[in-house]
Amino acid sequence: MKNIIFTYRKMTFLLGLIFTITVSCERELSDEAVFASFPATAEIFTDTPVGLGTNFYFPYNGSKATAWTVDNQVSYEGNASMRFDVPNANDPDGNFAGAIFRIDGDGSGRDLSGYDALTFWAKASQAVTIGEVGFGEDFGENKFVTTRTNLDLTTNWVKYVVPIPDASKLIQERGLLRYAAGGIGSLGAEVGYTFWMDEVKFEKLGTVAQPQPVILNGQDLEQQSFNGSQIDLAASGLTQTFNVNGRNISVNTTPAFFEFTSSNPSIASVNENGLITILGEGTASVTASLNGVLAQGSLEVTSSGDLAESPVPTRPAENVKSIFSDAYTDVTESNFNPGFGGSSTQTAQANLNGNSVQIYTNNNFTGIIFNNTVDASALSHLHVDVYTQQASTSFEIQIRDIGANGEIETNVFTGFPDGDDKDFRFTVSGLTAGAWTSVEIPLSGDIAAQKNNLGALILVGGPDFILDNIYFYSE
Amino acid sequence: MNNKYTYKIGMQIMVFVFCIASFFAISGCATDDNQTVATFTELVMADEFSVDGTIDSSIWGFDIGTGENGWGNNELQYYTDRPENVTVQNGVLIITAKEEQFNGASYTSARLLTRGKFEQTYGRFEARIRLPYGKGIWPAFWLLGDDSNGSEIWPDIGEIDIMEYVGDQPSRMFGTVHGPGYSGGESISKGYVLENDRFDTGFHIFGIEWGPDYINYYVDDVLYNQITPDDVPGEWVFNRGPFYIILNVAVGGALPGSPNAETVFPQTMLVDYVRVYKTNN
Repeated sequence: MKNIIFTYRKMTFLLGLIFTITVSCERELSDEAVFASFPATAEIFTDTPVGLGTNFYFPYNGSKATAWTVDNQVSYEGNASMRFDVPNANDPDGNFAGAIFRIDGDGSGRDLSGYDALTFWAKASQAVTIGEVGFGEDFGENKFVTTRTNLDLTTNWVKYVVPIPDASKLIQERGLLRYAAGGIGSLGAEVGYTFWMDEVKFEKLGTVAQPQPVILNGQDLEQQSFNGSQIDLAASGLTQTFNVNGRNISVNTTPAFFEFTSSNPSIASVNENGLITILGEGTASVTASLNGVLAQGSLEVTSSGDLAESPVPTRPAENVKSIFSDAYTDVTESNFNPGFGGSSTQTAQANLNGNSVQIYTNNNFTGIIFNNTVDASALSHLHVDVYTQQASTSFEIQIRDIGANGEIETNVFTGFPDGDDKDFRFTVSGLTAGAWTSVEIPLSGDIAAQKNNLGALILVGGPDFILDNIYFYSE
Repeated sequence: MNNKYTYKIGMQIMVFVFCIASFFAISGCATDDNQTVATFTELVMADEFSVDGTIDSSIWGFDIGTGENGWGNNELQYYTDRPENVTVQNGVLIITAKEEQFNGASYTSARLLTRGKFEQTYGRFEARIRLPYGKGIWPAFWLLGDDSNGSEIWPDIGEIDIMEYVGDQPSRMFGTVHGPGYSGGESISKGYVLENDRFDTGFHIFGIEWGPDYINYYVDDVLYNQITPDDVPGEWVFNRGPFYIILNVAVGGALPGSPNAETVFPQTMLVDYVRVYKTNN
């Protein structure tokens, strides 16, 4: 009897062993279904670059490519630091310092999901504000570019923190560090300096908390639009702010960290890049969240449905040199988003009922820059079709001839043409609200005698408007 | 035959005993990491805040107003007992500091106290709290000595601050005693800093164990200070008369300074429980 009991015990042990092995097998199976994991190495630079491979330093276009070196004389800890020599503005090798540090090799990356910040110690040869330090730029998708701007450096070592907007997204990040810094002083005459960074790494500080994501600069905006038009939420900037040790630190970041939501996707849909497409008549509100936290700022879009069709041009093509129209072949490509400094104007090309139009909102000033000049010597007028929903409004169109040198030259004090440039300024008024108005502008004034190198149309002021059929013609 | 078998069993028991022993050895290590922070275990009062929407009036009263010329500290808030400022939801007491114009003040908040309802000499006073944050935010969990209907005044009545904290230092709290000759700026205080963590992102336990001639201060499982008559430059006023409990969130005042542009409103202090144990002595 006793022997039998003993045998049972052996069997139980054996069964237990089998059970254990079986359970282990199942675990291995489920492990294989998980994402491939990348090293969670924290350090980027201690006394040397850490785990970046051979080819990891990629300067920005126009920057001084040799700005970064390893300094064996200066260090916060250990025996070396990263040294950045910001060039003078007149340095022939580049007038600023800036680059990304990217792990060598396609398919490489680090798992940063266990950290909450990029941290480093830094000082400079003089008290100075450096433009940008961050991570997430890989010159590929640049999906998670995160940047802290305007860091005040002193001549003493200070620790800086760049919070990660949502670390759970960063399971394979190649772009570990990015920076950009220009000289100090008046525009065009900036003077260089040197700054150092040491102990550059990712950390789990535990003191990075209270996230406050922001879209649209935190404003709740309303915008009138039409079916088929698009609005890019990322264009106005996306930020994440954390309270770090009692003070706020903000970083500029990308749509990839956010989730965008439309209250009515059949009126306005929004994709993962924050691009809103207006689909139907009515009102929809678009909001965003980051890692479950609702972002400040929202956009309420009201679509009036389909935009009234713009007039169909009837002038024979041989009398026309077109800049923007579906009725004619354009004589030149043009830049509708020149990005003039101080411009608040937002421009979006939209396809409405199969017809392309240019939608202008928040106007103060902008321009249409022709890639190639237009010879209008034999032409007499500029035609523009304008749509607005606001009555009793006007705006100015300046037709600019940029002269033989092919450069737009403007007196920065008066705003008038300089050098060999000439222009003619025309106020567009008498617009009918809710309908298209055709405007015929004579090529007169200063350009009557110089219109063989037309290079730009400058748009000043006005309500929100839509332009179509922009072309020069002869009467 | 029989002997041999017994011997076998004996081996098995020994193996078993060895296993148990190693288990205890392992868990013994783990136990050593946790300090014993409190020894009083006989519960005499507890509010677990388990009934939504109701503050238990048998335990708590309210200070209403700004307390100017009285209990105020040049603070900016007006204390109310409105549900906007104090309520119980999901099993926690919520004290909310709001930015709003109210009876001449720019902020509202709440201050609960057990004065005349629950007062005790000695014992273990403990609360589990998630703190608010931001410049100018000043929450507290503290005790004041009974003033015998106004015949005695502060600081002679004694004050035991179990937890104070300013919102622009979210990883640091401090515990303090005030008495005659050691009040206000001369009070006896010690701070405790959380390493790699903050008091506004999760609940933490704040407590004291108070007996004759000593007050022990603890946060979670860390006993971080003991104050005895040797530590105070004046009379030890904590061996007489009962003390009552106060829970409040102040805005502004000399200690935290005023809120700034980064301060987010509303701010909430969440209290999971308040428990009081009797002294063993």
